[in-house]
Amino acid sequence: MAETATVTPAPTPSRPPGPSGTLSAAERRAAFGPTYGALAALAVLVLLNAIFTPNFATASNLWNVLLQVSTVLLVGVGMTFVIATRGVDLSVGSVMAVAGALAAVLLPRGLGVAVLGGLLGALALGLLNGTLIAYLPVQPIVVTLATLIAGRGLAQVISHDGELVTIDDPSFLVLGRGHAGPVPAQVLVALAVVGVAAVALRSTAFGRYVLAAGGNPAAARLAGVPVRRTLITVYATSAVLAGVAGLIEAARLGASDAAKIGLNVELDAIAAVVVGGTALSGGRATVVGTVVGALIMQVIATSFNMLLVPYSWSLALKAVIILVAVYLQRPRRV
Amino acid sequence: MEGITKRFAGATALDAVDFTLRRGEVHALVGENGAGKSTLVKIMTGAYHRDGGRMWLEDRPVRFDTPADAQRAGVIAVHQEIHVLGYRTVAENVYLGREPSRWGLVDWRRMKADTTALLDGLGLDIDPRATLGELSTAQRQMVAIARGVSLGAKVLVLDEPTSSLAEREVAILYDLIRRLRSQGTGIVYISHRFDELYAVCDRVTVLRDGKLVGTHALADLERLDLVCLMLGKSREALRAGTTAFAHHLTEPAEQGPAERGGAAGAPLLRAEALRSGSRLRGVTLDVRRGEILGLAGLLGSGRTETARALFGATPADDGAVYLDGKRLDPRTPEQAIRAGVAFLSEDRKAEGIIPELSIRDNLTIAALPTLTRFGIVSRARQREIVERFMRRLGIKATSADQTIRELSGGNQQKVLLARWLCTQPALLILDEPTRGIDVGAKAEIQALVNELAASGLGVLMISSELEELVEGSSRVVVLRDGRDVAELSRSEISPQAIIHAMAEGSAVAAPVGAER
Repeated sequence: MAETATVTPAPTPSRPPGPSGTLSAAERRAAFGPTYGALAALAVLVLLNAIFTPNFATASNLWNVLLQVSTVLLVGVGMTFVIATRGVDLSVGSVMAVAGALAAVLLPRGLGVAVLGGLLGALALGLLNGTLIAYLPVQPIVVTLATLIAGRGLAQVISHDGELVTIDDPSFLVLGRGHAGPVPAQVLVALAVVGVAAVALRSTAFGRYVLAAGGNPAAARLAGVPVRRTLITVYATSAVLAGVAGLIEAARLGASDAAKIGLNVELDAIAAVVVGGTALSGGRATVVGTVVGALIMQVIATSFNMLLVPYSWSLALKAVIILVAVYLQRPRRV
Repeated sequence: MEGITKRFAGATALDAVDFTLRRGEVHALVGENGAGKSTLVKIMTGAYHRDGGRMWLEDRPVRFDTPADAQRAGVIAVHQEIHVLGYRTVAENVYLGREPSRWGLVDWRRMKADTTALLDGLGLDIDPRATLGELSTAQRQMVAIARGVSLGAKVLVLDEPTSSLAEREVAILYDLIRRLRSQGTGIVYISHRFDELYAVCDRVTVLRDGKLVGTHALADLERLDLVCLMLGKSREALRAGTTAFAHHLTEPAEQGPAERGGAAGAPLLRAEALRSGSRLRGVTLDVRRGEILGLAGLLGSGRTETARALFGATPADDGAVYLDGKRLDPRTPEQAIRAGVAFLSEDRKAEGIIPELSIRDNLTIAALPTLTRFGIVSRARQREIVERFMRRLGIKATSADQTIRELSGGNQQKVLLARWLCTQPALLILDEPTRGIDVGAKAEIQALVNELAASGLGVLMISSELEELVEGSSRVVVLRDGRDVAELSRSEISPQAIIHAMAEGSAVAAPVGAER
């Protein structure tokens, strides 16, 4: 894993200011820089699996990996923004469950009502998180832990005390089971979200505000950055994306399982973000990196499964990868 | 009377400083930021190791490796932020870490009795069973001092003990200090407030740039002389130094029909009776278009607080801010920025740069609202602005994509200045704009500020450097203890006049002679 050394975010100040060609390379670096190491690790993993794991390098397995990763991807994209502000959102799994439960219960009143209801429920929880974090001197981990606990309970209350609410509306089930050609519907949704998020982080004022608020909140405030509004937006976005993931999960299962949907997804999402190169200390983030991070985790899980290695071993390897990633992006003095 | 002698000699932070504290004296330690006060105290109390020099306690050479060593020997610091356990009782805090025990259990009864005796002995009326959280700040401070006394303090270091106290509470503190003094404790007293020094201290040691300036009995030292010692100016030979604020450049700035007396045109900014806790106690000033108003004052006089109040960063509790005759009273920086106010903080690292972001992003962050359409930042306009300002301010970097943390202090400061200039402000508030940057960048920034004022911008400039104020300002307002105490017009500005006002709180300049 010698290549992973390129994870270091340090650009090369010694390089002379070159012509526009150098500049655009530098720009590319700025956008993708921290993910080179993760990208290399992913390439090695895929290559090894293609050689040693039977049936890994098949189209159906490829779609399977993408299908399974899309929930974590949706949540991970939101988490990327949250972590970029020096925060964390533990409540995403519970928010998924709430959105799924709301949609399942509202489905008899129409597809639109169900989808909208589920997403609005998620949005409400996100606004609650964001407002508390922006205005009270309480740490994000505590606020979202509270929402995690309350949300799980709320989801069970919504679904009639934790009953399994089955869904049989075919147009809703498309979300989790439909295909466009060979591409699963949820993969399309995830890709669209990734695209929009990458542009938002790189090219919008909001994206800059997120990085500024995470990089140096005091300086950002004095520079006129609406720090509070940015925080609220970030947590609302994270929750809505979790809501979308919740709807997809419910559609895939064909039921709202308030106790199970989204369980522990926050941990997978945080792992994907960190492995991808977004700094937990805030101020540095990459959406593409999160995609790579999520894929690394999923490829490990899938290949171990195919090789009939016990699940617990894949957990151990994931843990090692997370530790290595965090070690590689430890803060350095300049 | 042979008391306690300490001597240090070190590298840059402290350069061969001698310090002698006698038994039963209150010894003030003063100096501007970076003078080396806290370094000296930390060496004294074992928090730092000295690199050279020797130290004696009661004629015995001592060497403290840790604060615990120093405590055992009787040298104890009571810090600005009081380190105590808020949820535990007074008695527990006093005996923290050395609880009296019997058969391995804490002997609560003895702890309580001992604490009561201790507090009585110090004349303090505090219930040892109260939890710290219930007490006032002053009482908590007394407990911290009592803890020091119970540790057998021979030397007690009080670092800005009054910074969080109300005036009434200060009197209680003075009583305690005097009582300790009469019991033979030596007290090192660090404070920026002159009134306090003269109220409780016997002698004063002045430090500047890590060097000892001198030790004097306060009774023989006029305030004016003390200020001169702190700032390193001799009283007679105060001569203007050389900064990039050449005098002739400021001349065009004096467009006002009269320099004072209210006959001038409507001010760009007017602040009336700004108050904020004990830090601001009524500051009134106005800034006109095209002038550089210098804001002078010693540390703790309320300069930065005034700036922050004008910018809405720390809104004032009371008072009014007018911009262009309209009431502004900004509650947030956003409001102030939208109205055309810009504020360059004195703490570049903590409140200025966003370290992980590029020069481009740091430079344009405040102007982003004007560079976006439908939320998307216009790359072309951003590039145009960044290139223009990098050229105009001579910012040296490999490219605009370089992260700002890699730049030198001077270049960082230029980026931050550009951040504000590209918002096209009407009023620019500069808090120590040239602190900690190299001489070249300093001159460039000073020249730029001059140009900006000449082009019609109103500038409020805070500086601890007298030369910068004297040569750069069209007028100078002097603050002292949170109030504006003097206003000096162009012809009145001189280092002497400023120092006089800082020390005495009036504009009657000593050698120069003023018109009123």
